[in-house]
Amino acid sequence: MCGIAGIIHTDGPGDVGAEMTRMLQSMKHRGPDSAGYALYGEPSELLVMRFKLADPNETSDFDFSERLERSRREVESRLSKVGATVDRVQGESAYAYRASFRYEGELKPLADYIENIPGCEVLSLGHSLEIVKDLGDARTVSDSYRLGEFRGTHAIGHVRMATESDVDIAGAHPYWAYPFSDVAVVHNGQLTNYHQWRRRLERHGHRFQSECDSEIIAVYLAERLADGMSLETAMKTSLSDLDGVFTYLVVTEDSLGMAKDEMAAKPLVLHEGDGMVALASEESAIRAVLPQEIDSYDPYESEVLVWSR
Amino acid sequence: MVAMSTRRSRNDIRGLAEPDVEAPKTARIEGDTAVFDAADLSPRQINLELRRLVYGEQIPEVTIENPGAKHSVAVGILTRCRITIDGSVGYFGATLGDGPEIHITGRVGWSVAENMMSGVTVIDKNAGSLTGAAMRGGDLVIRGHVGARTGIDQKGGTIIVGGNAGALTGFMMQRGRQIICGDAGPGMGDSMYDGAIYVGGAVASLGVDCVEAEMTPEDDELIDRKFRIYGMDRPASFRKFVCGKKLWNYDNLEPSERKLVL
Repeated sequence: MCGIAGIIHTDGPGDVGAEMTRMLQSMKHRGPDSAGYALYGEPSELLVMRFKLADPNETSDFDFSERLERSRREVESRLSKVGATVDRVQGESAYAYRASFRYEGELKPLADYIENIPGCEVLSLGHSLEIVKDLGDARTVSDSYRLGEFRGTHAIGHVRMATESDVDIAGAHPYWAYPFSDVAVVHNGQLTNYHQWRRRLERHGHRFQSECDSEIIAVYLAERLADGMSLETAMKTSLSDLDGVFTYLVVTEDSLGMAKDEMAAKPLVLHEGDGMVALASEESAIRAVLPQEIDSYDPYESEVLVWSR
Repeated sequence: MVAMSTRRSRNDIRGLAEPDVEAPKTARIEGDTAVFDAADLSPRQINLELRRLVYGEQIPEVTIENPGAKHSVAVGILTRCRITIDGSVGYFGATLGDGPEIHITGRVGWSVAENMMSGVTVIDKNAGSLTGAAMRGGDLVIRGHVGARTGIDQKGGTIIVGGNAGALTGFMMQRGRQIICGDAGPGMGDSMYDGAIYVGGAVASLGVDCVEAEMTPEDDELIDRKFRIYGMDRPASFRKFVCGKKLWNYDNLEPSERKLVL
């Protein structure tokens, strides 16, 4: 089933961390396995990289913490080796970290080099994007990663009921559009031509971190954006390129978009208000941040909409 | 504001159902009418309070305030009564009803009035997908737009849509009628068995075995009567769509059945 939500403030930053938590928590019944956020803070000069060095399902054997510490030092040394000036690397949970650094080069070799460290996955990379995802409901994830204080302009989130792959962080949404900076995707549905697209994209040199079908949407869009296509055009081509049922949300540094398959098989409720646009699988999620009566509607089949902050 | 229910309900192990919850008894009752605030009630508490009022107290007119887009509100009411829901409800609102007249002043989510047996449900704003799914009787009126698969598997009754309808409207409908004032999306009437769909606007495309039929004076009379009841503006003309009966294979036996007969 899964629940997805998105919010964009068009009149300056808001408490997107707390707002997204309220939206996702109200849809807990749609997916209790894991919760994930893609949050956009104030854009900075520095690149922010969210990464994890182990999975919560992993057993903590005798040198678990030493191994993590070694891997963390390895990340720092690899960042310096590729010419990045590290600002700081901080632990966000037992196995997830946030690094900020100055770097001018290409992102793909950097991400590939870092992910070459055993157990490491780069969750997000960008000047304002930060992806946080973990097992448990939205409240649990928000509390352990202190997302209540996060201020920003827009965000998307996802509560997952695992159907196509394992319950772990690699299978949790949102997906960063590797290796494209500041783009992330959440998806509700199933893609039936996943294996074709995965083979096609792997041949083009893209890596996949999970067995989850939703990951190809992020990489698919990233490839088209890298080819110079606009976000809206890339999303429109995805409607015929992707088979199956889907409603997905995509965020970039300054915009938020939605796309729905040609049968409108998966739900999405949209509210366009003064200074903000909110979308979610259920109206109750929007009402978690806007308690008053609102006007809302379901976008139709094959619809692609994009808003900018 | 009505006083909150003091007793918190116990949830099951999944944190969803509330097996031993009781009606909060917070309604203000004045003669034949009752009003209660649903802002702090769970869907189950709302429905228990509603049942207490219409069955226990025999009150014919109940208003629910602040429904807050909650799911499954006013489900399975099997008696004649008038219910006003002042705001928006989520999925499965006003479903499985037999008799009530339900007026929702806001928007509804998916599957509103699913399996309604009789009665009237009127929605002032938009509706999600699967509106009136498997409906068997009564009138379902949506003054705004509806999503996809309106009246899927409809077996009776009338669905009236003031605005546009999405993809696969009337998918597999078996009886009853739909009156769509605006445009209808692609695949309209796909695999319909019987019944009629009247469309005032444009049809994006027809589904498998759905064909246009001629409007009769009886059709126009029926539409006029329905629009008069609900005070709606009637589009100048309607087109009528019915089943082409090309997929009717009721006389043909399955190979295994044929062996039994012969």
